[in-house]
Amino acid sequence: MKKISTPYLLLLPGFAFLLTFFVFPILSLAQVSTATPVSGGDIDDFEQTFRFRNYLEAFLDSREHFGRSIVYALLATLIALLISYPLAYALAFKSGKYKNLLLVLVVAPFFTSFLLRTVAWKQILGEEGFVVPPLRSLGLISESTTLTSTAGAVILGMAYNFLPFMTLPLYASIDRIDPRTLEASGDLYANGFTTFRKVTLPLSMPGVVAGTLLTFIPAAGDYVNAELLGGPNNSMIGNVIQTRFLIPDYPTTSALSFMLMAAILIIVTVYIRRAGTDEVV
Amino acid sequence: MSVSANSARGDLKLTSVTKSYGDFTAVDDLSLTIPEGSFFALLGPSGCGKTTTLRMVAGLEEPTVGSIHLGSTDITFTKPYQRPINTVFQNYALFPHLTIFENIAFGLRRRGIKDVDESVNKVLNLVELPHLAQRKPTQLSGGQQQRIALARAIVNRPALLLLDEPLGALDLKLRRQMQIELKWIQKEVGLTFVHVTHDQEEAMTMADTIAVMNEGKIEQMGSPADLYDNPKTAFVANFLGQSNLIKGSITGNDGDSLIADLFGQKVSVPRNRSHADDASILAGIRPEKFRISLAQTPVSGNVLSGGKIEDVSYIGVSTQYQVMMPWGQELMVFEQNDDGVAPFQIGDPVNISWEPVFTFALHGDQDAEAGTEVVPEDLDEE
Repeated sequence: MKKISTPYLLLLPGFAFLLTFFVFPILSLAQVSTATPVSGGDIDDFEQTFRFRNYLEAFLDSREHFGRSIVYALLATLIALLISYPLAYALAFKSGKYKNLLLVLVVAPFFTSFLLRTVAWKQILGEEGFVVPPLRSLGLISESTTLTSTAGAVILGMAYNFLPFMTLPLYASIDRIDPRTLEASGDLYANGFTTFRKVTLPLSMPGVVAGTLLTFIPAAGDYVNAELLGGPNNSMIGNVIQTRFLIPDYPTTSALSFMLMAAILIIVTVYIRRAGTDEVV
Repeated sequence: MSVSANSARGDLKLTSVTKSYGDFTAVDDLSLTIPEGSFFALLGPSGCGKTTTLRMVAGLEEPTVGSIHLGSTDITFTKPYQRPINTVFQNYALFPHLTIFENIAFGLRRRGIKDVDESVNKVLNLVELPHLAQRKPTQLSGGQQQRIALARAIVNRPALLLLDEPLGALDLKLRRQMQIELKWIQKEVGLTFVHVTHDQEEAMTMADTIAVMNEGKIEQMGSPADLYDNPKTAFVANFLGQSNLIKGSITGNDGDSLIADLFGQKVSVPRNRSHADDASILAGIRPEKFRISLAQTPVSGNVLSGGKIEDVSYIGVSTQYQVMMPWGQELMVFEQNDDGVAPFQIGDPVNISWEPVFTFALHGDQDAEAGTEVVPEDLDEE
């Protein structure tokens, strides 16, 4: 009897936590998403009317932001992957005795607040920062061009902020590759590039999938980078949710949140199916 | 891709090859020719440089000095993928993400060879595992993985097949079985096999020629029988099997034999097994060549008298004795249990005798214990 119940006892704290902080809030969110303002009531009074049209209206109002969120998040994920892969590879195979130090450095940005780091980027890319004036004096960008308030700044900001989420799973995956399999590949007539394509990359796919998910999911819902580094034309769905929340327009906020979750869920499911990695899920 | 290197065939020739890592010299001025079609073993203890030598031949390391030729082609600095050489790695290094079929097909596909299916199926039949083609490596036992690693290498018909402790991870019984199979497969496919091992029995079972390596150099090279019966150094005498090495000196000669004085007792040493003729020698006799007789029994051949049985171990096929000699040295004697005579008892006064032809003589300035500190197999270099 005891042997059977132990695993359940171990699961209990986790279940209790998820029930309190995930299941109940989600149910509450679902409830609010189909509510409408109480006529004549306070500004934050809503009543359940099962008005599913809330979803359609919310979507039609912000489909542009939805699209932008997905595109920005995909680009940020791609950039993070391109930066992280060589970094993780070097960490796993080439860093020798500095491996632990370098790993700490990868995580080091997390020692400061996400918000502060993004504000710092705003300073760096700003008019008075050390990037814009030299580029201007070299004539590489015109006097009227700015680096902040651009899509590029938002995307790069996200790529930077979520880089460790990409690097660490990649590192874990690449570090597990037996270097002798790479030697075996060379021994079996594969040059460096073919070895990467046929052995290293397939063996690191679990890390690629985990890293891209851990980057894409928060990036798609992010509003801080767009808020601080973007302009009015770079607003993402997270910014819309934030703005609506402060009105307060809880039903629209909830409906948008649900649609964002659904969109991410669909994209992620398709992606995992295509990547064919069963180790991640 | 260098076509000439890829199609090279012939003897493998290492010329004055040295490999240093900082102050440490792993391989020291090694010259060696391995004839095409032979089964060659590099035998030595952990850290003797045998694996480094193999890796240089595979192209995974570059020699600090020296050159490596395959036939007439210089392959010293060609990339591994440009050499017609394949390796069976110590822990197999199978590709975990590929099926057994694709593991074996890997080399063929890289070289753009047609009829991959036929070649792969043929080699799967050779290693008797055709039913595992669609499995993944992790679903196979150690012995099966070993065969697949071998199949993955020989399917390419390399000019040279390198085996890096290929049986090290298998249990004893399976290892013995694979040794016989490997030897059979080598004859079947007719490729040159270069086999690196620290297991002298494994080397002797399989190889035509063994090079015994120690501290980056070759101590002696020859056929298994040659190395066993006529070792040239104390290291070889002790590393291949066991030897009794007794201090003495050459005092004269008698036709084809030399006369040696071992603590006052005269024995004869065949001239062609004597690698020393100075005052100081080590006379060597293998434990199974000795015969024990009670002190009063008359015996012929070389005789050392005044021994006393110190220890008796009955191990079935033979009985192993430790015999204390008057000069304070314990000699090992293995007697076959084939005469129905009860073993000697501890304390029995005995003489030791042997056929003079089984004596060998080594330079007396060597450490008589060299090569006896056998490294446990599990701790051997990875």
